[in-house]
Amino acid sequence: MSTKIRLDNLNIHFGANHAVKDVSMEVAENSVTAIIGPSGCGKSTVLRSINRMHDMTPSARVTGCIMLDDTDIYSRSVDPVAIRRRVGMVFQKPNPFPAMSIHDNVIAGYKLNGVLKKGDADEIVESSLKRVALWDEVKDRLKRSAMELSGGQQQRLCIARTIAVKPEVILMDEPASALDPISTLKIEELIEELKERYTIIIVTHNMQQAARVSDVTAFFYLGEMIEMGETRKIFTNPEKKQTEDYITGRFG
Amino acid sequence: MDKTATRKNGDGIFRALTMLFAFSILIILLIMAGEMVWESLPSLRKFGWGFITGSDWDAVQGSFAALPYLYGSIVSSILAILLATPLSVGTALFITELAPHKVGVVTASLVELLAAIPSVIYGLWGILVMTPWLQTTIEPFLIKHLGFLPFFQGAPYGVSMLAAVFILMIMIIPIITSITKEVLLAVPQSQKEAAFALGATRWEMIRMAVIPYGRSGILGAVILGLGRAIGETMAVTMVIGNTPQISLSLLSPAYTMPSVIANEFAEATSKLHTASLMEIGLILLVVTLVINFMARLLLWSVTRRWKGGTP
Amino acid sequence: MTLRSLVMRRATNLSATLLMGLATLMVLLPLGIIFYHIIKMGFSSINPGFFTSIPKPPGEAGGGMANGMAGSAVMIGMASLVGVPVGIFGAIYLTEYGGGRLATAIRFSADVLSGIPSIITGMVAYTLLVVPMKGFSALAGSFALALIMIPIVLRTTEEQLKMVPVSLREASLALGVPLWRTSLKVTLRSALTGVITGILLAVARVAGETAPLLFTALGNQFWSNKLTEPMAALPLQIFNFAIAPYEDWHRLAWGGALVLVVLMFTLSLAARWLGRSKH
Repeated sequence: MSTKIRLDNLNIHFGANHAVKDVSMEVAENSVTAIIGPSGCGKSTVLRSINRMHDMTPSARVTGCIMLDDTDIYSRSVDPVAIRRRVGMVFQKPNPFPAMSIHDNVIAGYKLNGVLKKGDADEIVESSLKRVALWDEVKDRLKRSAMELSGGQQQRLCIARTIAVKPEVILMDEPASALDPISTLKIEELIEELKERYTIIIVTHNMQQAARVSDVTAFFYLGEMIEMGETRKIFTNPEKKQTEDYITGRFG
Repeated sequence: MDKTATRKNGDGIFRALTMLFAFSILIILLIMAGEMVWESLPSLRKFGWGFITGSDWDAVQGSFAALPYLYGSIVSSILAILLATPLSVGTALFITELAPHKVGVVTASLVELLAAIPSVIYGLWGILVMTPWLQTTIEPFLIKHLGFLPFFQGAPYGVSMLAAVFILMIMIIPIITSITKEVLLAVPQSQKEAAFALGATRWEMIRMAVIPYGRSGILGAVILGLGRAIGETMAVTMVIGNTPQISLSLLSPAYTMPSVIANEFAEATSKLHTASLMEIGLILLVVTLVINFMARLLLWSVTRRWKGGTP
Repeated sequence: MTLRSLVMRRATNLSATLLMGLATLMVLLPLGIIFYHIIKMGFSSINPGFFTSIPKPPGEAGGGMANGMAGSAVMIGMASLVGVPVGIFGAIYLTEYGGGRLATAIRFSADVLSGIPSIITGMVAYTLLVVPMKGFSALAGSFALALIMIPIVLRTTEEQLKMVPVSLREASLALGVPLWRTSLKVTLRSALTGVITGILLAVARVAGETAPLLFTALGNQFWSNKLTEPMAALPLQIFNFAIAPYEDWHRLAWGGALVLVVLMFTLSLAARWLGRSKH
């Protein structure tokens, strides 16, 4: 498998706070990479740097290099908007647009950009919702508000919204932490299916989840990447003591 | 690549555009201040400090001095504040501490209604209803019973300093009341409960817990009311009698800074006359800026303390 | 504690309570009286002609304030055309990019600007527009009103924009929507009712403004259809008619006051209703 994303000596500062320290890692195409670690370890911060969400925070400073295929995404000539088209994101709390219907939420990426041919909409909505296994549950109420859905349905809607714009990479920031166990299971099954088409990086504090869904796991602690490797190996035979302490529940 | 470039430009243009609009506010303020100073220069040069110490205002002779207007503005505003403050604080306490919730809400929105009435309507009511009433009832009464005091001597004109004080009082009560209300609502419940737990009556609780906490905020509200009173134009112009004199008697007509501007600015022909009115405007501007600044500082320190002090 | 002191304390409490109630009554009393007069005098002078004809010369009964109402509408409309976009876009700048010192300076300026007596705004509009254009004009009046609207719209809009959850903006940005589209189509769109509320309040505020029009729009006894000429405005007419010594004009002034008050309350009720339906 080829490398989709490469982080090289990534450092992220918020003002005087050095949140992410010298992180280097490679993510293979069509794989699921889980980032685990105790809260405050910088895992979400790393994730958000991969589609330049830190651009919105004036105090944030990102140094080092992140390559997406052959593009240095922090290069001056690169438009962050173009990067975010290629690298989608699913957030911790489901965040559908409250003023839009279910139908319009799925095609929000097109609508907000003002680029959508009339005939295409329904097709995109149907295929996206089918791919997240939400179609049968909502096909009779596409015009209703997205806020009427349950939390788990909202999160799947948000995933549908993300894949509707055909990204190459999907970043997931604790996508199931606000959901009940059954919804969580559905999201995990979905991740398994999505990896056939997309490269997925998921941040989670739930180690079982990481073990279930990911091919590769990276363990972060205090802003540093301690260890990264095949998920099975990390969870059964980690090399570093800190990793072992964490996965066996001795701290964090 | 081409498309990317336009997108990037979109954000750049948007940023520049919004910045331009935001920046224009700063520019407007600077232009306003600069313009006021610039246009006052002839008067500033010619009269110097004499402008605020002299009393002679004569467009024909070309000699201008603003003391009577300063006097009228200061006296009318301060007296109005003195009358309005206890009423406003009392009403705010009634709304926040005393009245059942619904009564409090209704009272508060009625007070807001008072604030929404335009100045010119207060003036209309003042000149057509209040001043005739003052002239026939209140002023003769004051002359008869308190006429030995210098404040209540002379003939009952109706239009007078007294009328201006009353109308200003009515107009600034809503401002002081609603800000005081906000300040009082921000007093932590725990403070009040602590006082009640010590066996305090409601009034003692207010004195022990509410007033000390709200003091500087209430002062801020009062000062804001003062700023509003000093800048108030239409209603005062319509009831104060517009006579540039300094008289101890509240029954005599007087004049204020905004009123003289309102009455004479459009008709001022000589350059010096316009400049003198501009200088009065400049004084008014500086005074209101200082007052508003003080009030905001007080209110800001209050809200900040609470934000920092309570978890 | 002796019984006597307890009685004293209760008495103090009671009298303080009574004083607070009395203060409230004294505050609300003028409101009642003023409304009584506006409604009584206003209704007796309003008839269909009031809305269709212009004022008659003193001594002649009848006449109306049609030109004043039209003039006010024109000038408020033009002031909004300038004041609303400047206020809204300024607020967007403050929320999207406003961390720095420039933003602080702009916020401070807006606060200062809203505290400046409106008569001074009128003087500045006079020197900036009336003098160079060599004449009083509706344009100058609208400009003065716009200056008053800007800080009100700016601060209310900024407050509303700040209340939009960050998660919505991030959702849009993560979909590859540029910041400017996100600002307009997600952030501003979500805050729209609140923003409209702010605009209504700003309009209500300037609709009653008289002082800034005294030496800009000046007023006009007749119809005017040029923006470069003096124009009548409702509050100006109320002022001029109230201080005139003619009964008929006083009657017109009361009618105008009623119209103005009804307009204000309609606007603020609409604003409240909008604000409520949102939550």
